[in-house]
Amino acid sequence: MRNLLIWGLVAVGLVLLPHGLSFSQQEILVFLTINVLLVASYRLLTLTGEWSLGHVVIMGVGAYASALVSKKLGVYVPVAILFGGLMSALIATLLSFPLFRMKGFYFLIGSFAAGEIIRLLWKRFRDPFGGAKGLKSIDPMPDFSIGIYDFDFFEPVSYFYFCAVVVGFCLWILWRIEKSPVGLTFHAVHWQDKLAEASGVNLRAYRTLAFAVASGFAGISGALLAHYIGTINPNSFDIEVMVFVLTWAIVGGTATFYGPILGCIVLTILNEIVLREMGFEQLRPLIYGAILISSILFLPDGLESLVQKAVRTLKRGNRQRSAAK
Amino acid sequence: MLDLVAQTSLNAIYAASYISLIAVGLVLIFGVMGVINFAHGELYMAGSYAVVAVYADWQMPFFVAVVAGMVFVGMLGLLMERGLFRPLRDNPLGGLVASIGFLMILQALATLGFGVRMEHIPPVTQEIISFSDKVRLPMSRLYVIVAAVVLLSALWYFLKRTRFGWALRASAQDPEAAELQGISIAQTARIAMFIGAGLAGIAGALTAPLVSVNPHMGHTVIVTAFIVIIVGGVGSLEGAVIASVVYAFVHTFVTTFFDGVVADITGLSLMLLVLIIKPTGLFGSADRA
Repeated sequence: MRNLLIWGLVAVGLVLLPHGLSFSQQEILVFLTINVLLVASYRLLTLTGEWSLGHVVIMGVGAYASALVSKKLGVYVPVAILFGGLMSALIATLLSFPLFRMKGFYFLIGSFAAGEIIRLLWKRFRDPFGGAKGLKSIDPMPDFSIGIYDFDFFEPVSYFYFCAVVVGFCLWILWRIEKSPVGLTFHAVHWQDKLAEASGVNLRAYRTLAFAVASGFAGISGALLAHYIGTINPNSFDIEVMVFVLTWAIVGGTATFYGPILGCIVLTILNEIVLREMGFEQLRPLIYGAILISSILFLPDGLESLVQKAVRTLKRGNRQRSAAK
Repeated sequence: MLDLVAQTSLNAIYAASYISLIAVGLVLIFGVMGVINFAHGELYMAGSYAVVAVYADWQMPFFVAVVAGMVFVGMLGLLMERGLFRPLRDNPLGGLVASIGFLMILQALATLGFGVRMEHIPPVTQEIISFSDKVRLPMSRLYVIVAAVVLLSALWYFLKRTRFGWALRASAQDPEAAELQGISIAQTARIAMFIGAGLAGIAGALTAPLVSVNPHMGHTVIVTAFIVIIVGGVGSLEGAVIASVVYAFVHTFVTTFFDGVVADITGLSLMLLVLIIKPTGLFGSADRA
């Protein structure tokens, strides 16, 4: 009952949230929502212990696939977005055959190489990928009405509601996966790989599963992005974007489900709202780099460790208070 | 046709020279520190900007600018060792992430100091060596080739024939055993970082008049360096040099006969192929240098 109340309040808060913001802040809110899904899906991948540098390109696969089927074949946009996710999962499954022969640093570099090859293929083949200029005038989400609210998807507020529902649903699935026996096996594959293998766990299959599922959700986030901004090109998914995703995950911490999401939200607010409005445009990469370095030096367990500490302190306080009674 | 092949080969030798300087530095740092330095491309960029400042802006001789570039970038290497890699010794992923942060800072500083526009530097020399009508080698490219040969030979002598080099290799192989023998790990780490970063700085300084200097020039360089060290075997200095030559020839010839994007795809595919078939590289063992 209490949980229901909390989630109800969160939902009401999210519905009201965009109305207190300026137009450009509403746009940032849409990107933030999409990035939350991206970074949450990245965490599923890191659960099995592998750090990929190709995740943003996989996101791009979803964006390109969804944009192309809606543009060339006239597929209904929500179906196209779903198709984008499936395409990303499929490409990831194919890539897993060469990539999962590698571990650790080699996987990192291998995933980077695979991602760059895909990006260069988009650049090289003007048909159908549009070359270096990419795809333009991608079909937007068609408007519709649910009686009390008319969705006009050129409005960031409408698209934010749409994204929030899609992303919320995806996050719920990701959460369910993590708490299921499959998710526990992912943990085992990372921390106790020998023991897991000895207990009959097929390591390769579970790593592939995590990779494919994480990529599928990244693909959906890419498709959501493509149909909102309407134009994508190979540089929208380059290594610099990947560095941002990595920063969110590292600064937030990857031990908990909410860690990377927290990192993404805090850094986006800091980056877009605080730094941009204070006029530090040119200094932003410098500050971002400094944040990355100081968090790895001084807060190696991420922002989530601060939250955990706060929760523990609160609980201890409560216990002491009830003991005093 | 023969002319074209000869000219392309000359271009490839030039490319191999500066690539091997960068890749050898990267391998050296990895060998001793156990960290993959993602900021290595930006160290190269810093070397180029040192030349922009000292040679183009302050009108000092080119040679002075190159030495200044090497020392400056070497100092940056020492800074990274002290500020990032030493505190993060027990955290290999941490060192890598910290170097990404450092890369962003260097890029931002270059943008702040010099702007995003490309810097064009007055040529050091206009001389061109002509072998025939169509086969020519600009003198400034020859400098790079000569510098690479001299520096890499000197490094080889230093590592294989001197006490310092012996200590350096020992601490790369087994830090604890080396420390028991009275070798200072911190000392060898500093030497390796200074040399490794300094080599990238020299490569940047020497090529500055030949390329367009901009804050993002490190990106292509680091990708190339990664391909080279993977193909050569992450721990092997000799492998890095051989792989630089192989990569430079493949990339230059494919660029000449097809186009640049196909050449990039070929290089990356080569790396993936090596990773799949023999992840320790063509010339490397699984251990560090």
